[in-house]
Amino acid sequence: MSKIFVFLNRFKFIPLSIIFLLALSSSIFAESSAEIGDVKIAINTIWVMFGATLVFFMQAGFGMVEAGFIRAKNTCNILTKNFMDFAMASLGFFAVGYAIMFGTSVHGIFGTTGFLLKGLPSMTGDIPTFVHWLFQAMFAGAAATIVAGAMAGRMKFKSYMIYSFLISAVVYPIVGHWVWNSHGWIANMGFLDFAGSTVVHATGGWAAFIGAYLLGARIGKFNKDKSANAIVGHNIPLASLGVFILWFGWFGFNAGSTLSGMDFNTIGLVAINTNLAAAAGAFITMIIVWVLYGKPDLSMIMNGALAGLVAITAPCAFVTPIAAIIIGSIAGVVIVFGIKLVDKLMVDDPVGAVAVHGFNGLWGTLAVGLFHSKLGLFYGGGLHQLIVQTIGVVACISFVVFTMFIIFKMIDMTIGLRVSREEELKGLDISEHGMEAYAGFQLFAND
Amino acid sequence: MKLITAMIRPENLPDVKEALLKADVGKMTVSNVIGCGQQQGYKETYRGVKHEIKLIKKVRLDIAVNDAFVKVAIDAIIKGARTGNIGDGKIWVTPIEECIRIRTGEEGKDAIG
Repeated sequence: MSKIFVFLNRFKFIPLSIIFLLALSSSIFAESSAEIGDVKIAINTIWVMFGATLVFFMQAGFGMVEAGFIRAKNTCNILTKNFMDFAMASLGFFAVGYAIMFGTSVHGIFGTTGFLLKGLPSMTGDIPTFVHWLFQAMFAGAAATIVAGAMAGRMKFKSYMIYSFLISAVVYPIVGHWVWNSHGWIANMGFLDFAGSTVVHATGGWAAFIGAYLLGARIGKFNKDKSANAIVGHNIPLASLGVFILWFGWFGFNAGSTLSGMDFNTIGLVAINTNLAAAAGAFITMIIVWVLYGKPDLSMIMNGALAGLVAITAPCAFVTPIAAIIIGSIAGVVIVFGIKLVDKLMVDDPVGAVAVHGFNGLWGTLAVGLFHSKLGLFYGGGLHQLIVQTIGVVACISFVVFTMFIIFKMIDMTIGLRVSREEELKGLDISEHGMEAYAGFQLFAND
Repeated sequence: MKLITAMIRPENLPDVKEALLKADVGKMTVSNVIGCGQQQGYKETYRGVKHEIKLIKKVRLDIAVNDAFVKVAIDAIIKGARTGNIGDGKIWVTPIEECIRIRTGEEGKDAIG
């Protein structure tokens, strides 16, 4: 039996080696450099498409995390929001978002060409423009969906639809233009945000903060003496599946952001840094909550892993693996005290989105200035990069807070942000969607 | 000694509990039940198809009180549970023959406490 196995094992590698040889010979014996160029583009396309699909799957991760961390009576509502914000982001980013983000720049502030993807060159860098759009659209969707969790359990569905279109069509693309368009004013300062600690996470996280602040807390979240009550999530297994999916998708989010499959050294570094920062974030968070609260609380540990991931998103291509562990560890500290701070401010964030994405987006961006292997303060690069990072991230956050304040206020004055007290108590599933997440099960009224 | 039983809307439970605590009635048993009264169900939709729910989720409170507390407890429940719409629920009161606290063996009024 074992002999047969060894015999078969010998042949296992033959198909793979044939493919490898073919690929090699086709590039070695390619008759012209144009063909080599095509192979390069093909490799890049496959790599970025692979990254885009991983980032798309993060929508499922966000959906599961948010559904798990809220009460059963609001589950259909949050999942509908997660579905629809991706749909709205796709349409909004197609119609205007991509043009504002990557179109020809007006003084580095916003782009003006490529509305409805018309009149764009077929290639952007070394990948087809459509592939570039797809990858970027997934990011726009991620920024939009971050806010759903912080505003869960009390926000009107209609208002959410309008918000999600506006953030992905206008607000996110403007921040993206500043940082990721080669002519953006922040990009021109030498600001570094590899995969979006600022562009995606700080944008989503601070929009979530202002949204949750304007919306007010869920009924029963805060006592009269301003202390916070726990409104516990209804499905921790679902939430942990969500965190695993997010961690999984983050390899596409960060490593895919090379936008080139040929850049293998960076891909390796980014992937290992991403993984290490998440692990360090989870570990340090566990230690802190164990010491502070007496038990290793899974709901906080999961947020710790996400905090590490958010923080490493900007520096992942610029730092050593050891620095990634330090950045992730500090993210683990930021998350625990960040969640406490949000409660102190009497802002009700059911899933911890503000602390995970807002605070750690900020931390990750600053971390580039500290840990960059050439330009970082701790690596002999002086203060310059740290100052640039600070100016860039503060500018972006101020812009997001300001515009989102206006957008949410305008929605509030026209159609209203918040559901009625009765609808909130009954649960948004029945009152907004007329259906239940767990039909046939009895949901218990226990608070 | 009376047993006050109330059927209320689940979403009114926080208000009822608060009103009861204010009236110094702090002991209760709460159960999740389904049933129907005058309201006769509500509608849900599932993939575009309407579907009638005949039995509605309600919360049942069982509160044993001494006679002096019957009125205040009932008032508190009404205060927390009344919306003025159909489906607010019902309260009924039944006499209690005996009450014993298991830990101490106390009986009657003292056991209800």
